[in-house]
Amino acid sequence: MSNNGTPLLEIKNVSKYFGSVIALQDVSAFVRAGEVTCLLGDNGAGKSTLIKVLAGVHAPTSGHYYFEGEEQHFESPREALDMGIATVFQDLSMIPLMAVWRNFFLGAEPTKGWGPLKRFNVDFAKQTALEELHKMGIEIRDPDQPVGTLSGGERQSVAIARAVYFGAKVLILDEPTAALGVKQAGVVLKYILQARNRGIGVIFITHNPHHAYPVGDHFVILRRGQVYGDYTKAELPLEQLVQMMAGGADLEVLQHELEQAAGGGGEEADALAEVAENIGDELDELGD
Amino acid sequence: MAADTAPPPVPAEKVDERVREVGRLSKVLTRPELGAVAGVFLVYIFFAIIAYENNFISWLTTAAILNRAAPLGILAAAVALLIIGGEFDLSVGSLVGFAGMSIMVLVFPTDAGGFGWSLWPAVFLALLIAIGSGIFNGMLVVTTKLPSFIITLATLFIFRGLTVALTRLRTNRTQLGNLDEVEGYEFARTLFVSEFSLFGAKFDIAILWWIGITAVATWVLLRTRPGNWIFGSGGDANAARNQGVPVNRTKVALFVTTATAAWLVAVIQVVQFKGADSLRGTLQEFYAIIAVVIGGTLLTGGYGSAIGAFFGALIFAMVQQGIIITGVDGDWFKVFVGVVLVVAVVFNQYVRQKAAQR
Repeated sequence: MSNNGTPLLEIKNVSKYFGSVIALQDVSAFVRAGEVTCLLGDNGAGKSTLIKVLAGVHAPTSGHYYFEGEEQHFESPREALDMGIATVFQDLSMIPLMAVWRNFFLGAEPTKGWGPLKRFNVDFAKQTALEELHKMGIEIRDPDQPVGTLSGGERQSVAIARAVYFGAKVLILDEPTAALGVKQAGVVLKYILQARNRGIGVIFITHNPHHAYPVGDHFVILRRGQVYGDYTKAELPLEQLVQMMAGGADLEVLQHELEQAAGGGGEEADALAEVAENIGDELDELGD
Repeated sequence: MAADTAPPPVPAEKVDERVREVGRLSKVLTRPELGAVAGVFLVYIFFAIIAYENNFISWLTTAAILNRAAPLGILAAAVALLIIGGEFDLSVGSLVGFAGMSIMVLVFPTDAGGFGWSLWPAVFLALLIAIGSGIFNGMLVVTTKLPSFIITLATLFIFRGLTVALTRLRTNRTQLGNLDEVEGYEFARTLFVSEFSLFGAKFDIAILWWIGITAVATWVLLRTRPGNWIFGSGGDANAARNQGVPVNRTKVALFVTTATAAWLVAVIQVVQFKGADSLRGTLQEFYAIIAVVIGGTLLTGGYGSAIGAFFGALIFAMVQQGIIITGVDGDWFKVFVGVVLVVAVVFNQYVRQKAAQR
C-alpha cells in the first residue's frame, strides 16, 4: 500500500489491570493498511483483553491508542466501528434465528421512502448481501436462510464480508479459525487475504501458528500479558514461531512428565507413552 | 436427513445441492404462522363436526367468533412484537383496567367524585397515562436488567391495585357507568363499537381495528429498520448491541406499544359497556401470550410473527365460542386452551430445531 511504513492502528505500552490482576502489561503492536498482523498467544496470554481494548470495549488502564496517527479514547465499540475499526467477535455478532440478509444489515439497514413510509429496502439488502458474499467467494443460494443453518466457517465469512462492506479500515478478528475444521479454516484464511488485498489492515488473533503464518506479515507473540516477541515474517521461520508459541522448554518438561507417568504400565500408560513420543517427534522437527 | 446418507467425499457441487435442499425445507417449516394456520383449520373442522347441530357453520357464529377475537387480537399483535423482541409484559391486562378506569374517573360527574371532563380529552389523557406506564415498564426492565417477567408481574399488581384503590378513593366504588351521558360519546361509539351487517350477521368495527393493527405490526416487523432491531434484540441482545442496534430504545418502545394496545382495548370496552370495571382486563395478559405462542412466536424471543398472533387469537376465540354453543360446561374451556397451548409449544419447539439446525 502507498502509506507503507505508517501504521493505520497502533497501540503503545498498553496496560490493563482488573483489580489486582495484570491482564496486559506494556503491550505494543501495530497494523498497516494492506497488511495482516497476527497476535498469537496460548490460553491466558491476554488475547481476549487485548481484543477488547482494540475494539473499544475496555479502555486501557495506561498506554496509548492511535488510529490514523491520532490518539483515541473510545467510550464504546460503536465509536470504534464508526471510525472504521470493525471487530468480529468470537460469538460473531450474528443472530442464528435471523436470515442472512437481515444479519448482514443489522444495525445499518438501508432504507427507501420517507416520513412514515420510510422502510427497510429489502430487495436491495437481499441483493447486496448475496453480491458482497459472492465477491468474497461465498456462495449462498438463499439469502433467507437463517444464519444458524450456515456452517461455522460460512458464518465467520459472512461476518468478515459484512465488516468489509461497511467500510472497515481495520478488521479485528477474534480467533476466527478456532473450532473450525481444516478445510473451513482454510476458507476463512482465504477471506483474510482477500480483505488484506482490498487494502484493509487485519489484526488476526489466534493461538494456532499454522493458521497465522501463511497469512501474516507481522507476528506479535503474547505470553502472560506481555509481548514475548515481535517479528516480521522475514525474521521468523514457521518452526521458530511454533516453538515460541508452544514454549519449547515447556514441551520438553511435559514430555518428560508423560514418560514418567507412562512407566506405571497398563493401557493408559501406553497411550501416555504414545503422546509423549509424539511430542518428542514434534520437538525434533522443530529442531531441524 | 439427506446429509447423513450422503457419501462423505462429495464433490463441491453436490455439497451446494445439499445446502439448498435444507434451505428449502427449513424455509417452509420456518414460516412462524404455519402451525397457527393449520390450527385454525383443525379447530374449525373439529367444532364444525362436534357442534354441527348447534349451527357452528354459520355467519352468526362466525361473527361471534370474530367479535370475540378482536380485542384479544389487538393485544396479541402488540404482545407478539414484544415477545419477538425478547421481553414479556404481564401488565397489559391490568393496564386495560387502569386505562379504562382512568377514562371513567375523568368523565364522571364532579359531584360523584369524578372530574367532569368530556370524553375525548379523557381518552387522550388515558393514552398519555398508558404510554407513561409503558415507559415505566420498559425503563425498569432495561435499567435493572431484571427479567421482564418479574418486573411486569410486579407492575401487574401495581396497576391493578392503583385502579381499585384510586377509584374507590375518589368515587367510593369500583364500577362506573353512564358513559353514554357524556359529551363526545356518539362519535366514539361510531369509531370504536359500531357494527356492520354482512350476510345477515353483525360484525364489530373492532375487527377492522384488529386487522389494521395486525397489518401495521407485520409491516413494521418485516419491512422497517425497527422491525429488524426487534428480531435482533430478541435473538441476541449482546450481538445486536455490538452491531449498533439501539436495543434498550427498541425494548422501551415495545413496552409502549403493548401499553398503547391495552389503551385501545380499554377505550373499545369502555365505550361498548358504557362504563368501566376495575377488574376489566383480568387474565388478558395470559390470553394474549397464549394467542402469540399458538401463533408460532418463540417465548425466548427472536422469532415469530404478528400474523401468527392473529390466527392465535382466532383459534382462542373459536375454542371459546365452540364450547359455548355446544353447551358444554364452560369449565372445560380452560382445559381445552391448556391442551392447545401445549400442542402449539411442542410444535414450535420442533420448528425452531429445524430452523437452527446446521
